[in-house]
Amino acid sequence: MQKSLHIDPAKCTGCLQCEMACSYEHTGTINPSKSRIKVFDFEHEGRKVPYTCTQCADAWCMNACPVDAIVVDLATGAKVVREATCVGCKVCTIACPFGTVNYMADVGKVQKCDLCGGDPECAKACPTAAITYVDADWTGLDRMRAWAAKASTAAVAA
Amino acid sequence: MGWNRKVLRVNLTAGTCTPEPLNMAWANDYLGSRGLASKYLVSEIDPKVDPLSPDNKLIMATGPLTGTMASTGGRYTVVTKGALTNAIACSNSGGFFGAEMKFAGWDMIIFEGKSPKPVYLYVENDKAELRDAAHLWGKTCWQTEEMIKTSHQDPLIRVSSIGGAGENQVLFACIVNDLHRAAGRSGVGAVMGSKNLKAVAIRGTQGVSGIKDFPAFLAAATAAKKVLADNAVTGQGLPKYGTQVLMNVINEMGALPTRNHRDVQFEEAGRISAEAMHEKRPTDGKTHLVTNAACFGCTIACGRISRIDESHFSVKNSPQYWGASGGLEYEAAWALGAANGVGDLEALQYANLLCNEHGMDPISFGATVGAAMELYDLGILSREQIGVDAKFGSAEALCQLVEMTASGEGFGKELGMGSARLCAKYGRPELSMSVKGQEFPAYDSRGIQGMGLAYATSNRGACHLRGYTVASEVLGIPVKTDPLVTDGKPELVKAFQDATGVFDSAGICIFTSFAWTLADVQPQVQAACEGDWSMDKLNDVGERIWNMERQFNLAAGLSAKDDDLPPRLKTEPAKTGPAKGLVNGLDKMKPEYYKVRGWTPDGVPEKATLERLGL
Repeated sequence: MQKSLHIDPAKCTGCLQCEMACSYEHTGTINPSKSRIKVFDFEHEGRKVPYTCTQCADAWCMNACPVDAIVVDLATGAKVVREATCVGCKVCTIACPFGTVNYMADVGKVQKCDLCGGDPECAKACPTAAITYVDADWTGLDRMRAWAAKASTAAVAA
Repeated sequence: MGWNRKVLRVNLTAGTCTPEPLNMAWANDYLGSRGLASKYLVSEIDPKVDPLSPDNKLIMATGPLTGTMASTGGRYTVVTKGALTNAIACSNSGGFFGAEMKFAGWDMIIFEGKSPKPVYLYVENDKAELRDAAHLWGKTCWQTEEMIKTSHQDPLIRVSSIGGAGENQVLFACIVNDLHRAAGRSGVGAVMGSKNLKAVAIRGTQGVSGIKDFPAFLAAATAAKKVLADNAVTGQGLPKYGTQVLMNVINEMGALPTRNHRDVQFEEAGRISAEAMHEKRPTDGKTHLVTNAACFGCTIACGRISRIDESHFSVKNSPQYWGASGGLEYEAAWALGAANGVGDLEALQYANLLCNEHGMDPISFGATVGAAMELYDLGILSREQIGVDAKFGSAEALCQLVEMTASGEGFGKELGMGSARLCAKYGRPELSMSVKGQEFPAYDSRGIQGMGLAYATSNRGACHLRGYTVASEVLGIPVKTDPLVTDGKPELVKAFQDATGVFDSAGICIFTSFAWTLADVQPQVQAACEGDWSMDKLNDVGERIWNMERQFNLAAGLSAKDDDLPPRLKTEPAKTGPAKGLVNGLDKMKPEYYKVRGWTPDGVPEKATLERLGL
């Protein structure tokens, strides 16, 4: 079964444990500036929103790459940057409508979420389950359940 | 490891920024943050220095766990000689600024001297420079943060700044970071203002790489997070209700100081409580509380984000306050509310917003208003002198007084001195509810006896965060003690004071101690930091810090007579509640405490005590 990161902003407290975990997994340092998931704080609305790559099926970044440095990880469905191939041209960062592919000036390559090979650290680090890793075909399950709970199913009074 | 091993020394007089290596021998004795920065301070300044003179220094410091995945590892500390207290000051703040300092590669920034003109420090990793702040001077903390981010075209910069209160040297001015987090107490913002330092703006992209044993550290941090999640206070109570969960609890105990400590229970406590923040308002059908929020790395998330009632008289013509913002936390709700007899939640949030915006400690501000209201009630201050009808319970007066204090207009200038100087000026010094010039927080020591001793002996003046015996006396953490008796409290106060020094110095939040003991902190420090960090060693670090702070205060001219409570708490019995008829038994506890501390009857550390601690 393919899985997908699922984000519920209502549960996010903005603690940035996800950013720390992501950066540690990929760089060996605790460094939110290298995180591939970012938490945005809309402070005047009281909303915090974690945001990262949705792993588009027909991915703009992958299609745009002139050197085929972005490939599909068949096990996870993640669109993964092959660093050895990436030439740092940044075309993918322009192609991505969501801004989730970004250039790293210090190494001259781009980076994006790779689902950590199928065991995403951000989801494991999240203390409130705002980020989960669920069946990719059923990302709407929780919301369906919430609406289902509101449906009137009262049995006819005995 | 754990540390970056780098200190940034900023000489504001000369306009220079110089890196220097962290003194690792001191790091080994004082851990970091509060302890280590205090060691630097006491080694570098004359204890008798005027806090607002260029000879005072101001240190911003992180701990070895700051910027790590340790839960709550985002704290930083401001250490200086306090403008309000003339004692050593150490104000701790959460938010995201502390972690950013660590990520930029610094453990600590030492500010010395005084800039000839307003400046702000801009730090981008190794690069540090003082920049002109003429355009920022006079701006609020909120405006300053936004203007710096805009001018640098970098929304990821983190900012700590002072508002008008710090610029004008309101003696309880604080330093605000991330809009509504503050190094709040003892007037550290006034010291920053006296140096013409408007703000510190940091962008750090280097991260933390210097963890001694990463796998062991992550395992320890994960285990400790589980302890927080499984605990009723840190796992459920604080996320849902915030610190405000205490309002009704402490009121029930008869320990909610009300109307400048005339009473110990507030008849309108329920209206300003956590529960009230969850209720829908009749005016707009919305709850005051919008959501909870976490500081950097915090898996508790006690922070409150609220939205004020747009139709409330305080803001109906001020849409800039209608958005969600920080508050109310218990201390602010108490100081702005019960301490003045004000039961209007929206008015308290308005006053709280102004404290955040202009950089004032809401505890000292609120309690000073309480003192002024009592002076007014007694006819010592007139309506003409104050400029408003400052009767106890008046939400209108509270809102006007916060505006006046923030702007330094009229009577606001006098409130800005704090209650000790205000009450002394009008001939009634005993009406200031303070210790060493700093106002009490939200626990009446007639109903929670240990807190009387904790307040009286706190090295930074009256404070709940130097020895929170409330945890034991009220919540039974780690063991339940009777709040109405003095027996055993000297030992309890010492234990809390010493342990708190370790939590503060590690770079984590003291709220973890609702669930954690030092035994939960120790494995994280041990895995992060070079050297051997046993429980014994950490206990020594805590006690060493306490005695070092004490020695500084003694050298500054304070003495045992300053370890005292206002006469009201020692002579006027609580009128209602479980503590009815009781006064605080400080005079019984204090000699015993000095003995337990290894101090002389005059409160001076014995030679053997100092030698044992390597002081």
